[in-house]
Amino acid sequence: MGQEIMERIREANEAVITGIDDADIAHWVSIYIMGKAYRVPADITLMQAIEYAGYRFVRGAGCRAGFCGACATVYRVAGDWRLKAALACQTRVEDGMYLVQIPFAPAEKPSYRIEEEAPAGTTLLKHFPEIARCVACNTCTKACPQELEVMDYIQAALRGDLKGVAELSFDCIQCGLCSIRCPAEIVHYHVAQFARRLYGRSLPVPGHVVERVEEIESGVYAEEFERLMSLSREEIEELYKKEQREKGGLKSDDASRVTRNGQGEG
Amino acid sequence: MPNEAVPKSAKASASPQTSHITRYAVPYFPGCALKDQAVGFERSARAALLRLGWELKELPRWNCCGTVYSLSTDDLMRHVAPVRNFIRVQEMGEERFVALCAMCYNTLKRSARFVAADLGRLSRINAFMDEEPDYRGGVEVLHLLQFLRDEIGFEEIESRVEKPLYGLKVAPYYGCMLLRPREVGIDHPDAPETMELLFEHLGAEAVNSPHKVECCGAYQTVANPGVVRERVREIVGAVARRDADLIVTSCPLCTYNLERHQLSITGEEKTRHGIPILYFTQLLGFALGVPEGELGLGGAAIDPRPALSQLVGG
Ligand code: SF4
Ligand code: SF4
Ligand code: FES
Repeated sequence: MGQEIMERIREANEAVITGIDDADIAHWVSIYIMGKAYRVPADITLMQAIEYAGYRFVRGAGCRAGFCGACATVYRVAGDWRLKAALACQTRVEDGMYLVQIPFAPAEKPSYRIEEEAPAGTTLLKHFPEIARCVACNTCTKACPQELEVMDYIQAALRGDLKGVAELSFDCIQCGLCSIRCPAEIVHYHVAQFARRLYGRSLPVPGHVVERVEEIESGVYAEEFERLMSLSREEIEELYKKEQREKGGLKSDDASRVTRNGQGEG
Repeated sequence: MPNEAVPKSAKASASPQTSHITRYAVPYFPGCALKDQAVGFERSARAALLRLGWELKELPRWNCCGTVYSLSTDDLMRHVAPVRNFIRVQEMGEERFVALCAMCYNTLKRSARFVAADLGRLSRINAFMDEEPDYRGGVEVLHLLQFLRDEIGFEEIESRVEKPLYGLKVAPYYGCMLLRPREVGIDHPDAPETMELLFEHLGAEAVNSPHKVECCGAYQTVANPGVVRERVREIVGAVARRDADLIVTSCPLCTYNLERHQLSITGEEKTRHGIPILYFTQLLGFALGVPEGELGLGGAAIDPRPALSQLVGG
């Protein structure tokens, strides 16, 4: 199932890197994937370049849209000593890049029952005492492909500022690049997620959410949901296109692109 | 430079009637504990300083001082955190700042001296922090007690007292971090008197506190609480025999130890019997007439309010 979806997402992206005659490509760059040199078309993403070079992703790719954090990549560019980090699906190839993907960051994750945890600053230190090891080197911030102020959210965690952590880390996609680079071995994204959960719990639940949950629980949507579940893939695609056209949000070409990207599947 | 030292003459000529108008501001480093465990320390400091016409301007995007000063001379990484804060001060266009927590003060001050002593160290730290403007050196680290004594002046403070603390017996507790090592101490390492002078200018009686410069046991509280309990028994016992109503500190960890271990000695969670521990800013604020609600007294494990309210009849 997971493999099948990966395949379909890959196919959807293939148009960019296949079906074009190499003779038509005017600009080329040289890159090194895990030390091996490849010539790839300029202007494509790292992810497309890796596939163009002949690799096929079984890990290290997910949404291909900058949301899932699966495609963490570290690289250097010839002539620059800096170690850079990026999302492979969101970053264009540059001439002379040396790159490798880091599809997974080994990370200790405490288990907790969020409803039993006090929404207080000290709770963060209880589960993640290592945040007190932060030396304020800012390496995590430099590594973050989301351009978050990662050090600042760890600093907010240290002083028990749950709201600060929640707001500063809101766009974290858990790629793990910060944690791979941190000299204090902090697992930033788990700290941040825990803080957001604690903070979220301390906020009042908005009225519209309460109402919607009540509707769902009382079965208002049950019939419609069952009908959708019984449809075939083609029927769902048709329905999606029709709805989008009615909303005026999608022209017919867009509709086919969306389906090809496999996003109609949701 | 904006916010240069205020000339003494300017202060002397300022009329006491303008007391609640903020005329000056000084950059301020809070530290982590003041945002979580010791909020009363910060609150009372802000309120008290406003009464004296000063605003505490929090450093933007400050980071933890590093907590414990590193004694290794080759581990420059340990000085990145302090220097980053000095850069924040520099960015404010300022040349000095005050710290409240004695521990932060100590770490920051020693780091400032460490990088000033060898510009090679500083240039390596600057090269490492290539995302920041270079720290040019020269930011002065002050503890608020120093600032009150040397910049605002105890005489000036006395002239603003609204509720003189007549009859209140206050024991100072300096602990280690305000006084040692000597080069960063705010006063004499064995015979300091800054707190005593402050208390007297507020109208209180400073109780002789024979263990006032000794260590409270600090982080031993985690691994060897028995050691800290014995220290607290001695420190508190000595001032209890001298009828102290309050003990005053400038450090959240000292406060924690002095409170918690008194409780563990008496075996009570909340007690009216132990000696309450106050931050010097809470005592100062009280005397300056800051409303009780702004002093953050409620968080104390040993309630100081009975001792304070007997003073002015409520
Ligand atoms: S904070 Fe860390 S895990 Fe989150 S997006 Fe940035 S680098 Fe990735
Ligand atoms: S990389 Fe680690 S030690 Fe450095 S600032 Fe980030 S959290 Fe702190
Ligand atoms: S594949 Fe999901 S963020 Fe790149």
